[in-house]
Amino acid sequence: MTGVEIAGIGLHPFGRFDGVTLTDMGASAVGHALAEAGVGRGGFQAAFCGTAYGGVATGHKVLGALGMTGMPIVDVEAGCASGAAALMLGSAAIRGGQYDTVLVFGVEKMPRGIIRSSFFDPWQEEAGYAATPAYFGLRAQRFMRTSGVTKDHLAAVVVKNRRHGVHNPDAMYRSEVAADAVLASRVVCEPLHLWMLCSPNEGAAAVVLRRGAPAAGGTGAGRVELAAAVLRSHLPGAVLSESTPMAGLTDDSLPTPTTLAADDAYEVAGLGPRDLDVVECQDTDAARELMSYEELGLCPPGGAAEMLEAGVSSIGGRLPVNPSGGLLSKGEPLGASALGQVVELVRQLRGEAGERQVHGARVGLAHTVGRGANAGVVVLRRS
Amino acid sequence: MSSTVPVHPGLFTEDDPPRLLGGRCHACGHHHFPRHDICPYCASADTEGAELSGVGRLWAWTAVTHPPPGYRGETPYGFGVVELPEGLRIVTRLTEPDPGRLRADQPMHLVTDPLHTDEEGRRVVTYAFAPDETPSPGETLSPEETVSR
Repeated sequence: MTGVEIAGIGLHPFGRFDGVTLTDMGASAVGHALAEAGVGRGGFQAAFCGTAYGGVATGHKVLGALGMTGMPIVDVEAGCASGAAALMLGSAAIRGGQYDTVLVFGVEKMPRGIIRSSFFDPWQEEAGYAATPAYFGLRAQRFMRTSGVTKDHLAAVVVKNRRHGVHNPDAMYRSEVAADAVLASRVVCEPLHLWMLCSPNEGAAAVVLRRGAPAAGGTGAGRVELAAAVLRSHLPGAVLSESTPMAGLTDDSLPTPTTLAADDAYEVAGLGPRDLDVVECQDTDAARELMSYEELGLCPPGGAAEMLEAGVSSIGGRLPVNPSGGLLSKGEPLGASALGQVVELVRQLRGEAGERQVHGARVGLAHTVGRGANAGVVVLRRS
Repeated sequence: MSSTVPVHPGLFTEDDPPRLLGGRCHACGHHHFPRHDICPYCASADTEGAELSGVGRLWAWTAVTHPPPGYRGETPYGFGVVELPEGLRIVTRLTEPDPGRLRADQPMHLVTDPLHTDEEGRRVVTYAFAPDETPSPGETLSPEETVSR
């Protein structure tokens, strides 16, 4: 199968940037990625832009600001997985022979506070059903009841990711926190405290995809191959799925969208969770990260707490998770989130991650999941 | 006398006690809520409307402490999932806003819950589940204590 390589990356830091427009942030990230790839005007044949809140023709505005329009520009919305969806489309177009070089980027400038979503009907908002953190809280409570995870584990996830984030100059929060302080922050929706939830914010990320030599053909040392980019939605029935239905079935055997996407991605990439060296996963809330360990197959069912306690998922452990600091440190600009993970993994696989480097990392996985439901799983491999 | 109006039509009856208005699929046998013409679980169009049980058991619960976007009621309010005998889990408001006063598998029943008074002076109501009895102090468990067992 045709290989796809990541030829360049660019990132606008995640945070709050009053006076900086969505277009400014996007142009910054795209400019860096194109420069790194040595691609100029006319050097890419299509662009896919992930955004959930950007509005009409966000991608056109960004590329218009750079004087680089003319090719097809497609905005892609898939909630928290918008960037992964854009990556899936861009890489498929290369693998299918349609294009040689594709620009994929994501931009977001989130409103402050609890995310308002057009997903909910007006009556649902009026009656209090648009309380996104409440769904996270219910999911966390159920997970805790079935997995042996306690509030102390949730705090430990925050402590770990914030410790990782200290070394990420592109993160919003760059200070360590103590478990006691996490547990002392106010309760948003039991069992979740404020510091266990990521902050919606602003940022942009971009990658240039290029047709590479066949995957088995040796594309040269140090190149990063996009081994899989998969998007899946939910199967109907799970009441606490990210699809946030009004009701669900009592069947607990349904695979989650994350598991569906991960299984597909492992098959496409021709590897499994045991082959991974580094993971960036969705930590919208601290429990979500631990659920992801199980859903991605990083640990056996019921093994998330042990994996965390043993330090497996910390930098220095066997399989560091969220060495970037995760969304708990970076914040979450929806459309840029998944591609921000990809930028982090490329840096890790190139050995350019500085003090947060996962030494010897060759295979990385990025995971996003959110409204829709949409789950994205991306696998990168250093050749 | 002020009149009462449901927050949205077709969700629940205005009987006392109220009942949720769902549906049942003849093809797969599953119930659903709210009412859909197409079964959300098997895509069959062979469905009919069905009033759902007004009683169930508490499956998950929390409380919302800050008003979410567009919300017009009071905070805090209880929020959770109640499992009905039909094999359906309902996402619902709970009348109990203190998670420490609820426990897993607790019997619950459906009630109408006032949200706010609208511009025309009408009481806007929605559906909610209420605990059948308030547990005595010795029985109360915080969610954390419940889950650590």
